[in-house]
Amino acid sequence: MENKTRLDRVHRFVSTLNQARELGLVPREAGEGTLLMELPYSEKIIGNPDTGAIHGGAITTLMDTTSGSVIICALDEFELCPTLDLRVDYMHPAEPGKPVFARAETYKITSNIIFTRCEAYQDEGNTIANCVGTFMRIGKEASPKPYRDLITGGEE
Amino acid sequence: MIDPAVLEQTQKTGDFTDLLEGIPYARWIGLCCDRFGDDLIFRLPAKEQNLGNPILPAIHGGVIGGFMELSAEIYLILAQETLRMPKIVDFSIDYLRAGLNRETYAECHLTRQGNRVANVGVVAWQKSRSKPIATARAHFLLEG
Repeated sequence: MENKTRLDRVHRFVSTLNQARELGLVPREAGEGTLLMELPYSEKIIGNPDTGAIHGGAITTLMDTTSGSVIICALDEFELCPTLDLRVDYMHPAEPGKPVFARAETYKITSNIIFTRCEAYQDEGNTIANCVGTFMRIGKEASPKPYRDLITGGEE
Repeated sequence: MIDPAVLEQTQKTGDFTDLLEGIPYARWIGLCCDRFGDDLIFRLPAKEQNLGNPILPAIHGGVIGGFMELSAEIYLILAQETLRMPKIVDFSIDYLRAGLNRETYAECHLTRQGNRVANVGVVAWQKSRSKPIATARAHFLLEG
């Protein structure tokens, strides 16, 4: 599959998630089992008004979305995979006024479970948070065909 | 992050309006808190913008995480005798059931409070407390 196809699919998937749209998440780069997503800065998601730093919850949503969407970049066919768990380690707060990027990869895919890793950063090499996640494979039939076609653009 | 006067007022009256108004992210996801005796119940009313999966539809897992994380933080601030701001170190969440498009509740407990680090557990549910949709735990560093 071409990287452009992967990125298009992620774009379409993310645009069906209200919260991801509200946050303004933008998929930037896709590869085989890799994905880069951007969270723009906005005042509504501030957690600490004294510093203007965004709340960890927005970072969690960024990482959950990126980790869940990187699965699209790893599988040929679209499958909706619910999150089983996430573990987020916070290195330091995000600097206000700047976007946060999340880079995710699938590092192990089995017939039932997908294991992901994700790093959030603002400047390359300066990690804000790390996240590992596991996702359950419930099969592509678990999501209706019209929705799958919406994501793949009917390319299945 | 929180004005000591607002905190004192909240502790005295059990009215969380002013405290939550001061945290944009709390306002944005719609987090509420009610006090029953000494117990705090956090509440996240149904809100279209918080949805993820459009098929069920279900609340975005990240919002459930953010709700539980912020609940743990507020709970911990109120559990301190003096104002000490918690800094989150890590957060781990297990998703047990889909969080449907309805009101969600959360309750926290202080599993362990050390001199500098606190371990807070959180349970979130919707229809029945006996059927949690997620459990989480967070470590916080306490400063000041």
